[in-house]
Amino acid sequence: MFAFTPSTVIAHVVAQDIGPKWLYWPWVSQHLGEIQQRLTQHIQLTALSVGFGMLIACPLAFLSVRYRRFYGPVLGVTGILYTIPSLALFALLLPVTGLSTATAVIPLTAYTLLILIRNIVTGLDTVPAEIRDAADGMGYSRTRRLLRVELPLALPAIVTGIRIAVVTTIGLVTVTALIGQGGLGALMLDGLNRDFRTPLTVGIVLSLALAIVGDLLLLGVQRAATPWLRKGRT
Amino acid sequence: MTHPVVLGDLLGGVWTYLSDGAHWQGNEGIPHLLLQHVQLTIVSSIVAAAIALPIGIGLGHLRKAGVVAVNIANIGRALPALGLLILGVESFGIARPSGVFSLVHSWPAFVAMVALAVPPMLANSYVGIANVDNEVREAARGMGMNGRQVLWRVELPMALPLIMAGVRTAVVAVVATATLAAYVDGGGLGTLISVGFAVQDNAQVFVGGLFVALLAITLEVGLAFLQRAMVSQGLRTHGGRTAQEIEDEIGEGFDVVA
Repeated sequence: MFAFTPSTVIAHVVAQDIGPKWLYWPWVSQHLGEIQQRLTQHIQLTALSVGFGMLIACPLAFLSVRYRRFYGPVLGVTGILYTIPSLALFALLLPVTGLSTATAVIPLTAYTLLILIRNIVTGLDTVPAEIRDAADGMGYSRTRRLLRVELPLALPAIVTGIRIAVVTTIGLVTVTALIGQGGLGALMLDGLNRDFRTPLTVGIVLSLALAIVGDLLLLGVQRAATPWLRKGRT
Repeated sequence: MTHPVVLGDLLGGVWTYLSDGAHWQGNEGIPHLLLQHVQLTIVSSIVAAAIALPIGIGLGHLRKAGVVAVNIANIGRALPALGLLILGVESFGIARPSGVFSLVHSWPAFVAMVALAVPPMLANSYVGIANVDNEVREAARGMGMNGRQVLWRVELPMALPLIMAGVRTAVVAVVATATLAAYVDGGGLGTLISVGFAVQDNAQVFVGGLFVALLAITLEVGLAFLQRAMVSQGLRTHGGRTAQEIEDEIGEGFDVVA
């Protein structure tokens, strides 16, 4: 019987029927593979950007703590980068790096710098001078003092910075859908292009959920890494 | 698709694009798109401020609902702007506003921009007011000021650096979202990027990015000067701490979400 009906008509009727539904479960269950792939890509882009961000932010923050006069210019430059809208940075890079992962990751990395550097410097600044003196008195070198004494004490502030960077980046990754990347943003764009609401809902809900889960995971890491801050211990 | 090009070719193309008079006139011209972008940004920011600041300042004055105010900022950070725009289009279509609001060109873009601008302004104005030293407040009371006078003459001037920091964060978010608005027929400079991308015109994409970046930096610098001019000399720091340091603590409010 269906052989007599043009398949396009069926597709059209189905689209008219399910398009306006905010959540059409059969689509979700049929596209679990694609959803999982987009989610993985989203996590990868976020991890790459925050990872590179840390690699650049750490030396700049250490430099700013040791030579204070660098801190102003470092904040100024990363602050200007932070101000530039993401789509504009993508557009400036697109003609140079094309539709590659680099076009997405370079701007996303740039946005993490201000947040990360500020939190690392704030964290290191809160280490009491007496503790630094004590480490010096025990014969610690400057590098060893930084690694063994100052960084662990600055950890709460640093992890707070990483958490803000991760949540912000998860939101921004969606924009990279416009340059052919996008993770969950690609699902949202798919929803717009086909006037089909289900992928849009899935994309928004998952990206919010990812931000919350990522934040909670890092909070757990922070608690586990700073046992001396837990209540009930002396 | 767009291919990587030699930098010299790109800059040459950009120069050719900019020196073509046709790109400076009409509805698709740079001045018109820039004006649209500025209109979108200013109207959305003002509407968001009219919603967020009274609520944040009021709650801060009463010191009520602090957890809610700070968490709104954190949720706002996680909201995907592109998702909100598309959600707007799917919810009420690509509708052109009329009257005063014809300045904002498209309802979905306007609603998304306001939704993203409210959280930072609300949280910062709450924290700014609620963090004013109790001793200062009591001293003002002791001088015979009533609640309203304390708010206008003590709390607001002292909270101004933080409130302005929130406004700046919000405006940055609005300029960025206004750029994305081009993809949902919202106009603005993002149109250069979306159209340039569609017709594979690298120079146009680059010019779009350039103008958006310049506009965003100009607005940010302008607001920074405005803040400097508005904040009283003696209040350049906030209870011994800078506005930035207090803002960093707002970030730590994520604990509360958890």
